[in-house]
Amino acid sequence: MDFILNGFMQAFVLLFSGNAETYSAISTTLCVSTISILASLTIGAPLGFLLGYHDFYGKKTMRMIVDTLLSFPTVVIGLLVYAFLSHNGPMGRLGLLFTIPGIAVGQTLLGLPIVVAMMATAVESLDQRLKNTLLTLGAAHGQILRTTLWEARYSLVLAAAAAYGRIVSEIGISMMVGGNIKWHTRTITTAIALETGKGEFAMGIALGLVLMVIAFAVNFSMSGIKKRAGQP
Amino acid sequence: MKKIKVLFLALALVSLLVAPGLVKAEEVLMMATTTSTDNTGLLDELAPTFKKDTGIELRWTAVGTGKALKMGANCDVDVLMVHAPAAEQKYVDSGALKDRREVMYNDFVIIGPAADPAKVKGMSVVDAMKTFAAKKAPFISRGDDSGTNKKEISLWKLAGTSVPDKEAWYIQTGQGMIKSIVIAAERGGYIMTDRATYIKYSATKDGNPALKVLVEGDKTLYNQYSVLAVNPEKCKNAKYKLATKFSEWMASPKTQKEIADFKLLGKKLFIPNAK
Repeated sequence: MDFILNGFMQAFVLLFSGNAETYSAISTTLCVSTISILASLTIGAPLGFLLGYHDFYGKKTMRMIVDTLLSFPTVVIGLLVYAFLSHNGPMGRLGLLFTIPGIAVGQTLLGLPIVVAMMATAVESLDQRLKNTLLTLGAAHGQILRTTLWEARYSLVLAAAAAYGRIVSEIGISMMVGGNIKWHTRTITTAIALETGKGEFAMGIALGLVLMVIAFAVNFSMSGIKKRAGQP
Repeated sequence: MKKIKVLFLALALVSLLVAPGLVKAEEVLMMATTTSTDNTGLLDELAPTFKKDTGIELRWTAVGTGKALKMGANCDVDVLMVHAPAAEQKYVDSGALKDRREVMYNDFVIIGPAADPAKVKGMSVVDAMKTFAAKKAPFISRGDDSGTNKKEISLWKLAGTSVPDKEAWYIQTGQGMIKSIVIAAERGGYIMTDRATYIKYSATKDGNPALKVLVEGDKTLYNQYSVLAVNPEKCKNAKYKLATKFSEWMASPKTQKEIADFKLLGKKLFIPNAK
């Protein structure tokens, strides 16, 4: 029991004394997750919107594929990305292995299905009367599209939050693709795995606290938006 | 107006977060190494000096020797620091790696609970291994094809017992050295480790660890660390010049002294022996 309390004590010391190693892991995590979430949204939001907005042949199948991808194990993503980015792999020449952009590639793949699926569901579940109302008001096609986009804005934020939660807390991709390199690709999660493995619980607990704060903060800031989006 | 301000702030924040990931340093040498050189803190000690002396930034990923060698053959790194001479030779012979240079050594020890339930204290390595197998004493193995794991497997063979695998008393962790020692301490089992990592583990336990050294001093337990460069003929991207610089720097009298001076609990972790 002692070492746990000690861990918490030391955790606060590490955090408030501005320990360089701790903050390096924190900034790496924030950097990687920011790149990943921006990429996920840039690619995923339009795709999700199109998937929800348009009716086309094979739409159901597409939705099923996206929903299946939601449960893609992160370890397998890590494995695939490692194989692709390795110098013998198809994208080896980019030199992305063991770099922050490399991890971001993997985490973008993790975030994409979440954004696409949530976005598509949100657009589909927008009140069906919206489109009809707009049509009777004599809106042009472009205007309908714009209004629908605007109505789906809260859902987009929610999708971003859900994806961010997954991205910030995953470890498989960061470990495999990033290589847990000190000062460069050591993220909060890989650092926790390393430090607890070394029996250095203080550092692990300190980083764990930070990760929890980030996760809670994202969730908490979403509660207002959830209400607006009409979700419980 | 307010919206524009918020947008501008958000953009500034994002670029601040993203910037560190996109900065590329000029001279970076990527190394794959064993968990012992990393876990003990030796590389944390050496890397800043290396940067000061040569201007090259050393980055390393700590994996077992087996995986490190594969990373070298895969062209994913530029240089290796590993400890499995026989396996290293295979990669040199195949042309994937070159310029093997011995830089330092320490030795392997078998550690176990102070109470020593299997009564192996002071035995020769071969007798100790036979005893573990006969008494089914819990034995923790890295099981990850690392240098230490390769050595341990060779010891089972040396002792004339079959290499255990599925036996209930044989616990394969698949993790790094310190992690495996911590698991051995939790399970009250025996484990073979390099002495440097054992000293590091003792230091985290304030010099009074649960596991004590029980078997040591055999010639077979000698543990040689070497630096190898990835062959630029096989790997176009390999920074062979930087790797050579690192290798020479490791063997220089100044660095060799720094390795000798690297101590925990007043004990040397690695003993320099570059020729």
